[in-house]
Amino acid sequence: MIAFLIKRLFHALLVMFVISLIAFAIQDNLGDPIQQMVGQSVPESERAALREQLGLNDPFLVQYLRFAGNALHFDFGYSYVFNEPTTEVILRHLPATLELVFASTLLIVLLSVPIGVYSAIRPRAWLSRFFMGVSIVGISVPVFLTAIVLIQLFAIGISWSPFPADTGWGVWLNGILSTDGGMPAYGRGNPTHVFGTWYTNFSSLSGMAYLVLPAISLASIMLPLFIRLIRAEMLEVLQSEYVKFARAKGISMRRIYFLHALKNTMLPVITVGGVQIGTLVAYTILTETVFQWPGMGLMFLDAIERSDIPLIVTYLMIVGLIFVITNTLVDLIYGLVNPTVKLTGKPA
Amino acid sequence: MFKKTLLAGALGAAMLTAALPQAAMAENTLRMAYDADPVSLDIHEQLSGGILQLSHMSFDPLVRWTSDFEFEPRLATEWEQVNDTTMRMTLREGVTFHSGNPFTAEDVAWTIDRLKRSPDFKAIFEPIETVNVIDDHTVEIVSKRPNPLLLNMATYIFPLDSQFYSGETDNGKERDEIVKNGNSFASRNMSGTGPFRVTSRQQGVRLEFERFEDYWDTESPGNVDNIVLTPINESATRVAALLSGDVDFIAPVPPNDLERVESDADSNLVTMSGTRIILLHMNQERVEAFKDPRVRQAFTYAINQQGIADRLMKGFATPASQLSPEGYVGHNPDLELRFDLEHARELMAEAGYEDGFSISMMAPNNRYVNDAKIAQAVAAMLARINVTVDLKTLPKAQYWGEYDDRAADVMMIGWHSDTEDSANFFQYITECPNAETGAGQYNAGNYCNPELDQLLADANLELDLEKRGEMLQQIEQGLYDDAAFVPLHWQDLAWASASNIDIEPVLNVMNFPYLGDLVIEE
Repeated sequence: MIAFLIKRLFHALLVMFVISLIAFAIQDNLGDPIQQMVGQSVPESERAALREQLGLNDPFLVQYLRFAGNALHFDFGYSYVFNEPTTEVILRHLPATLELVFASTLLIVLLSVPIGVYSAIRPRAWLSRFFMGVSIVGISVPVFLTAIVLIQLFAIGISWSPFPADTGWGVWLNGILSTDGGMPAYGRGNPTHVFGTWYTNFSSLSGMAYLVLPAISLASIMLPLFIRLIRAEMLEVLQSEYVKFARAKGISMRRIYFLHALKNTMLPVITVGGVQIGTLVAYTILTETVFQWPGMGLMFLDAIERSDIPLIVTYLMIVGLIFVITNTLVDLIYGLVNPTVKLTGKPA
Repeated sequence: MFKKTLLAGALGAAMLTAALPQAAMAENTLRMAYDADPVSLDIHEQLSGGILQLSHMSFDPLVRWTSDFEFEPRLATEWEQVNDTTMRMTLREGVTFHSGNPFTAEDVAWTIDRLKRSPDFKAIFEPIETVNVIDDHTVEIVSKRPNPLLLNMATYIFPLDSQFYSGETDNGKERDEIVKNGNSFASRNMSGTGPFRVTSRQQGVRLEFERFEDYWDTESPGNVDNIVLTPINESATRVAALLSGDVDFIAPVPPNDLERVESDADSNLVTMSGTRIILLHMNQERVEAFKDPRVRQAFTYAINQQGIADRLMKGFATPASQLSPEGYVGHNPDLELRFDLEHARELMAEAGYEDGFSISMMAPNNRYVNDAKIAQAVAAMLARINVTVDLKTLPKAQYWGEYDDRAADVMMIGWHSDTEDSANFFQYITECPNAETGAGQYNAGNYCNPELDQLLADANLELDLEKRGEMLQQIEQGLYDDAAFVPLHWQDLAWASASNIDIEPVLNVMNFPYLGDLVIEE
């Protein structure tokens, strides 16, 4: 166990090193940060002075070594836009992203397991077919579009009246086709302070209302995937010998489904799920942009637009770190669920 | 089914929240969304739209522009030209800063001194030699040479609280330090005389203001008590936030959503012809053919500005034949649009380029409204005079580096005159490039006409404003005849608000709304 964690630590350091090197190598293609810092009519001499002051004229290796040296002391440099250490900027934006990812994960778990299991147990039921159909659509619609549609439907609202409004049935049908809107269309509202830089939306109903549309949009990427994954795994398990044997022995169906079959279904799902949480963090870039959700994703896109290189590098490294941490956790949980798995990779 | 019940539940929760802000609106709160927020609270750190908007909220200029380009007294109540180089200004009495310090002539002198040290502003304030404090409410601003633009410059002088910004901070830094990339006292704290005080700031997320209770301008009809500014970069989200009633005031409104906002009964749309010119430079150093004025003219005849403004920009642009928009002293009303394909072909033939030639072209794709589409349209139009265009569009972060390198034969640029005066256009866009003086810094066409430059130099010393205007119009004529560049259009401006907010009276083409005067109807 300890050996495994130490190995993973080296793993993480290697990942961070490679990411920082790549991010540094492409910085020249990210544009000129000076351009974003000064007005259009500022003379070239002033720009040159600023460039020198920021050390942008130094050769690549000098710049990288300076960065790496500071990084060893957990100093990742100053953001050009926010004028403060990049780690502080990211720490301030991190809670918003984590809350969004948490809310989506919750939605995914709460919805995918029952739907997946149901459509495996009753594969021919019309409801199962409906879920499968919708999930196909869900997979193919980009998150950006989902978000815009959700905003139109539930934040702005649509009034559509193809049926005559002077008849009772017409009003009723029009009512079905129209939505009222009223959901918050952007941002986090006024989240409650917890501690340090952590503000939460989970403390009140009105706070959570801000989370609903972004969380659904973000979940819409993974939810169909998980429904189909759980269904496929469950179907396979239900075909297996031990389930047939259990049925033959007369064990109740509920016990077979939810104790024996589900446990074996969840093993591969946990593995995929852990990796996907990292992906979810990466996908927040799109969701946060549409909903102006003040998290790391939005911050990262802004940083790219303004060529805020130190912030870009730090963001990439932190997302890399999140990937490594979630993978490590997944492996640990996997070991708990299935003790025959040896973490160090040696044969049992 | 699960999804549906969830949404229904969420909708119920939303009703609850929608009711909340209404109850807390006993005071007038303006919730607004711009596409960006100011980068700093130090208004001398960067010369940008965001900073000027902030300046007009938390500070007051000596004079400000009215919507028809007249000067309106603010902290300066009267001004007179004492001699060719000296202007005497009388300052308003009984004005206090947010800190409680009284506003005096010392603050004006101190502020101008600081502006002359700011990397972004020093070029504008270079002509000022010194500022003499005559008494508490009188200053004399002395220029190095006759300066017809002193009042234009005065719109940039937002007096800072010199006592508040003097001395040292706890960690031994000067409080008046101007730091571009770093944490300075002035970038976190402010004290101005303006209608609003910043109460909380989370950069990129939220900026909150409250009305300054001792604001001097008690005659202003403005009744906004609090302002919450949220930057929303994504155009579709900004519009959605307005339509759903989450914010009361947005800018800019993207051209694609103008109709949608206009047709919304609860919203109020205001558009105006802007002053930012979009144009193309034809690089004479890179392309031999561009040295021939007939070829340059052929380009201006081949491009259909009206068509671009009507169809591509959906009427959200004013087609241009010159740099100066209407209202500027240099605007020359005689210059007409010249789209005439036949004549363009004749000119090309006359110059010996009947069969055309190939050029490269670059344009940004996220800087100006529809910039990449405009460039594509231009390329298609040039094909009709047998010019083949190799077009490359880039995000603005990368584009400006290429622009500085003059990396393509034809390049697009948009320019807004910092001084709201025509001379600023000529100085950066068409003057003969000179690395030492900084003239023609953005003249990517390498166009050079010493006669016009001389005329410009003379105009900048001419205190008779009418005569000066004629000289500037003469320059526009010269540039037009030479086809020094291809003018496309002035980008229009659009704002929108909730229907109970009358934004029109506080808006202007400079795009710094005078929010202190904004009225919210009950």
